[in-house]
Amino acid sequence: MSARSSSNAARNRLLPGGRLAGPMPWIIAIMMFLTILSAAAGLGLGSAVRSMSADLAGRASVQVVEADAEVREALATRVLQALRGAQGVRSADRVDPQQLTDQLRPWLGEDATSGDLPIPALIDVTLSPGDASASVDRLRRLLHGLSPKLRIEPHAAFLLPLAGLLSALGWLAGGVVFLMALATGAVVVLAARGAHDSHRATIDVLHLMGSTDVQIARLFQRRIGLDALMGSALGFAFAIFVILLIGLRLTATGSELISAIDLSPTGWAMLTAIPIAGVLLATLTARWTVLRALSRAL
Amino acid sequence: MTAIVQFENVGLRYGLDSETLSDVSFSLANGGFYFLTGASGAGKTSLLKLLYLAQRPSRGVIRLFGEDVVTLPRGRLPGFRRRIGVVFQDFRLVPHLSAYDNIALPLRVAGMEESEIDAPVSEMLNWVGLGDRGQARPATLSGGEQQRVAIARAVIGRPEILVADEPTGNVDADMARRLMTLFEALNRLGTTIVVATHDLPLMQQVSGAQMMRLDKGRLADPTGALRYPPRAQGGE
Repeated sequence: MSARSSSNAARNRLLPGGRLAGPMPWIIAIMMFLTILSAAAGLGLGSAVRSMSADLAGRASVQVVEADAEVREALATRVLQALRGAQGVRSADRVDPQQLTDQLRPWLGEDATSGDLPIPALIDVTLSPGDASASVDRLRRLLHGLSPKLRIEPHAAFLLPLAGLLSALGWLAGGVVFLMALATGAVVVLAARGAHDSHRATIDVLHLMGSTDVQIARLFQRRIGLDALMGSALGFAFAIFVILLIGLRLTATGSELISAIDLSPTGWAMLTAIPIAGVLLATLTARWTVLRALSRAL
Repeated sequence: MTAIVQFENVGLRYGLDSETLSDVSFSLANGGFYFLTGASGAGKTSLLKLLYLAQRPSRGVIRLFGEDVVTLPRGRLPGFRRRIGVVFQDFRLVPHLSAYDNIALPLRVAGMEESEIDAPVSEMLNWVGLGDRGQARPATLSGGEQQRVAIARAVIGRPEILVADEPTGNVDADMARRLMTLFEALNRLGTTIVVATHDLPLMQQVSGAQMMRLDKGRLADPTGALRYPPRAQGGE
């Protein structure tokens, strides 16, 4: 052991107690676990909303509502040609009538396949990137000119409330992260005050021997910083395990919508930064608390 | 002879109580040996607290090392405290540290390198007769042993002033004589010694030492507080 590290070790022994000795690391671990989960939820939902918004804003469905099957087919073909040549349309594809019939069968029974029931022809339209709303308005005018029996439905219209809900949940998760950071700070303040009070006799002796406030505060900030480091590492590891587990479960649902809840590399980097920020927050809060308490003594 | 400590009309009051110390004025010469005596509750410990900067007076002026310490900013106090060694009446050893680490404390506080600490601490442990008890915690030491550790801790940094509150209260007569011999040795090296004690034979042991007596918070003889004229030290 070098002289310097031996010297530091001796100085660090001035306060009693070891790592993971008190409840502090465990409290930090639990708070870090909850913070990481909330942050992951916020980031995941944010990513889902962004992905959904981009997806929805660029897509629309055109319905050909014509009872006569032959007229409907002819009109669908004309519409498809018109759409493929229209400005702002990246692609237009007819939805397979059989697929539509299959999707309706659970509600309509075998009537759906009898042919007696007129089922609208459906065309999926993918818009070019840009002002989706203007593109939809332009297409609406185009279709109106072709036939009054054509309807266009932008996907954003019916999935917007869901996107709003996910967005609100994302902000709520962000709020929880903020509150957890405040609570962590408060826990550290209480722990630092408690440690300061319980070691008052030692602090008095150190003061009377000429220790500066900064020297004494350094002992506490190191101790609390180490506790926070241990707690944060533990909470982070467990939270990541849970997030990966939830990720697997989400993927297993096979739902495109739920699978959109994903964490980008930036999201993972932000999650990794949280325990580092937690340790810094705990260390600085401990230092500030102890310096404040010491400044009241002579 | 240079005054290392000067009290001028110093008063000390705790809260709203009557003054514990009133109109205390005296001057201690650099390199002097002083006993502070008086009945229990006379204010000896309070006066010593003012001396080792654990307390600010309610009024009056205190000069240490030529500077007014009453108005001194808090941030400058540590520098002054490092020049003062204190033997507390209740020892105030750090309970979770070994005797060795307790004695090393002032050196570590002063920022001394660990490689420079071992020799003086070991020497001091041997000197107070605890060479084989260096790793013992205070709780496992007898009262006398704890007091010796406290004394070793107070003197290891070669302070300019050594303040001792009843330093021989828990040691036998032989150890008390040895401690006084240590204090005299330190005094010969230039340290100003202030010892609060009731022990008259002990005071008589130190030739040339001066005595201040406190009575109900006042120096018993304000006009001649110091019983003996200061002894010349180190050519001063």
